[in-house]
Amino acid sequence: MGHLKPNRRAFLAGSAGLVIAATIPLPGRANSGAAPFAPNAFVRIAPDSSVTVLVKHSELGQGTWTGLTTMVAEELDADWAQMRAENAPANVDLYANSIFGVQGTGGSTATPASWMPMRQAGAAARAMLVAAAAREWGVPATEIDVSAGIVSHSGLASNLSATFGDLVPLTADLVPPDEPVLKTPDQFVLIGHDVPRIDAPEKSNGTAIYGMDVFHDGMLTVAVARPPKFGAVVASFDPAPALEMPGVQRVAQIPSGIAVYADDTWAAFQGRDVLEITWDETAAETRSSEEIARVWAQAARTADAIAEDRGDVDAGFAQAAEVVEADFLLPYLSHAAMEPLDGVVELSQDSAEFWMGSQWQTSDQNEAAARFEFPPENIAINTTLTGGSFGRRTTADNHFTAELSEIAKAAGPGSYKLVWSREDDMRGGYYRPLTVHHMQGGLDADGNIVAWRNNVASQSLLAGSPFEQFITDGIDGSSVEGSRGLPYRLPNARVALATMDSPVPVLWWRAVGHTHTAYATEVFLDELLERGGKDRVQGRLDLLNADDAGRHRGVLERVADIADWQGLDAGNGIARGVALHKSFGSYVAMIADVSLDQDVPRVHKVWAAVDCGIPINPSIIQTQMAGGLGFGMSAAMFEEITLLEGGEVDQSNYDGYRILRNAEMPEVEISIIDSTVDPTGIGEPGTPPIAPAIGNALRALTGVSPRRLPFVPA
Amino acid sequence: MTTSITVNGVPTEITAEGDKPLLWVLRDDLRLTGTKYGCGVAQCGACTVLVDGFAQRSCITPLDSIAGADITTIEGIDGPEAEAVKAAWTAVEVAQCGYCQSGQVMTATAFLRDTPQPTDDEIIDAMDGNLCRCATYTRIRTAVRQASDALEV
Repeated sequence: MGHLKPNRRAFLAGSAGLVIAATIPLPGRANSGAAPFAPNAFVRIAPDSSVTVLVKHSELGQGTWTGLTTMVAEELDADWAQMRAENAPANVDLYANSIFGVQGTGGSTATPASWMPMRQAGAAARAMLVAAAAREWGVPATEIDVSAGIVSHSGLASNLSATFGDLVPLTADLVPPDEPVLKTPDQFVLIGHDVPRIDAPEKSNGTAIYGMDVFHDGMLTVAVARPPKFGAVVASFDPAPALEMPGVQRVAQIPSGIAVYADDTWAAFQGRDVLEITWDETAAETRSSEEIARVWAQAARTADAIAEDRGDVDAGFAQAAEVVEADFLLPYLSHAAMEPLDGVVELSQDSAEFWMGSQWQTSDQNEAAARFEFPPENIAINTTLTGGSFGRRTTADNHFTAELSEIAKAAGPGSYKLVWSREDDMRGGYYRPLTVHHMQGGLDADGNIVAWRNNVASQSLLAGSPFEQFITDGIDGSSVEGSRGLPYRLPNARVALATMDSPVPVLWWRAVGHTHTAYATEVFLDELLERGGKDRVQGRLDLLNADDAGRHRGVLERVADIADWQGLDAGNGIARGVALHKSFGSYVAMIADVSLDQDVPRVHKVWAAVDCGIPINPSIIQTQMAGGLGFGMSAAMFEEITLLEGGEVDQSNYDGYRILRNAEMPEVEISIIDSTVDPTGIGEPGTPPIAPAIGNALRALTGVSPRRLPFVPA
Repeated sequence: MTTSITVNGVPTEITAEGDKPLLWVLRDDLRLTGTKYGCGVAQCGACTVLVDGFAQRSCITPLDSIAGADITTIEGIDGPEAEAVKAAWTAVEVAQCGYCQSGQVMTATAFLRDTPQPTDDEIIDAMDGNLCRCATYTRIRTAVRQASDALEV
């Protein structure tokens, strides 16, 4: 794959606007007539007129290659057929996420963080092509038009036109403009239209290259035996049985376990399986997840770190005519991406180069630099496609990059591929935290909500990580996001947090805290609306009073309209549930039609309405909504990681950890709100509302809300 | 030991232990990387290939069970059904991460060879064994239908 190393700071998009540095040619460019035009860090225009966008947000399936390339193509006035995309190399100076300040993908930030920089990159390139044509033709730049990849000038005497490729040799001494002019939304011809997904062909014919598909001559493939319980460490081991296996070349102890180096993946797995290891479990988590859940549930009742306080919650409950209570338990969840963790490193004497589906390039680069004791600039990272991630490929401790680095360090210069088996992935931790919500609601005599309490007990994602500084007043925001700042009129409300400890590593999982907070809040609210005798849609609409209530109202009214909401009963034994939840700046409402087939929920159809600002690619928004709700539904229906008595993980593969299959996927109908507001992300917001929508339908069927997920335990 | 198989029409001698799964022979020995590892225990379908024309999970197919067999992978599959399926997969834009899609395409192709004009329920049944963590399932159904329609004309 391409390994571009732009050596100049082309421009930075900051709060002060666009900063342009001097143009310095790429290495070799002066001597090569075939060199591309590189107006900035993001755009490469080749003599054949192909335009390659270096995409700074990893393509994990969410569509960044298409979305960010569309932003460039729009302002460049390119023809979509000439556009190409590839992942940018690791370089924090050039490719930092403008929201995070480091190079990384997450939090549904790719679209909002790229909206200005990528359009500015395209507009700057367009202006430079126009300047080159104006000089060549001797006409004013203002008279030159660019459309669908053709630069043209229509004069009285002549019609002049050029392709981008024609102009590439004429751009060498041009300087990027200070303030490239951007289009207004009414001028968009690609944004808002379904340009074809740029990676669709290679992902339909088997030629797409993932980290697992990278091979180097002489490369050894490595499997690692890790502790069977979280927090255990190696006490002693005998490498002899593994070394006797055909194809096994080396066994070494590394910080995370025992590494087996072999000629190929199968030999590495076979060798790893026969290792004889004694583990020291002194610091291990030995509680079962049932015990953990009991401890968390107890702690939730006395949670005392205040995340939000509105009005006077004690007075609110004192005046309530009725108080309702509920505990919701949400289990540990595995990301279970189809491609398990894998990656290749090539170690030299003073540098290392990685090929892997990195999602947090700056952290991976710094981790490898620290492990090898090299300067970060001596660590190159080639980001490959990834077979899903859902958050799994970025961890606060960079454990995968650390392990791969330690493998190379232990064996010396050479090429190594680390492959996690499915079992390694499923039993390896980094789960969505097991969480308990202890809810209380107070209703007055007319059924209006007068008090609201949500006590959350969960492990912190940030504690002990480099992001610990973001914990303020004892509150890890990722534990309570989606439970505070609710859009509803809840006059006396308190959200409190009990941060729990366990050696079980936990991690953000598509939509992070919203995955549990949306369930607890939207199901409990629904219960209170029912107690108060309110319609579930109108009751929510009547409560909306936030500053952005209009956008909440917009999606809720839209989904009620397309689903033809008439209440809970949809006939034929089918009941309806509704949920509304904003996450990552995008607003989503859903209605689910659900029946019971011998006590097993069957979801027939889901309607969803989404407001994510200017819809850049409606087709990709549709897929992210359908995929996001499929992901959330899979967890709500089936998924649960459990720890047995003693602390071992019970599940090891898709047989024990059931995920949604084709026949279980409901029909989906999605409506996208027209908007001229700057776009927000779409990778995560489709996940949170589906579990409460189904849960609310199940209460309509059975009379009780499921208080514990999944709905269909193993 | 040496085992003779034909892979995408090419007679091939493989020197490996007899219990080595076909998946790793294809990927690591032959570098045919379109066939994916997802679970290793025939739960997900990402490794689906055709063995003598039948869709099979290569991760649980030991090399010594397929001596003399004709293996087709995503790199080699052709014919009207395969072309229709790949074209439909691209046009419908089924893939998100794309990792499972080789297996989906192989399963769909084998299915349409047997059942060129399936009912909707038959499509869902045929595709139910192939997991997709991105939940592209509704577009998978649409693409199989589109490929079937294309074969009809």
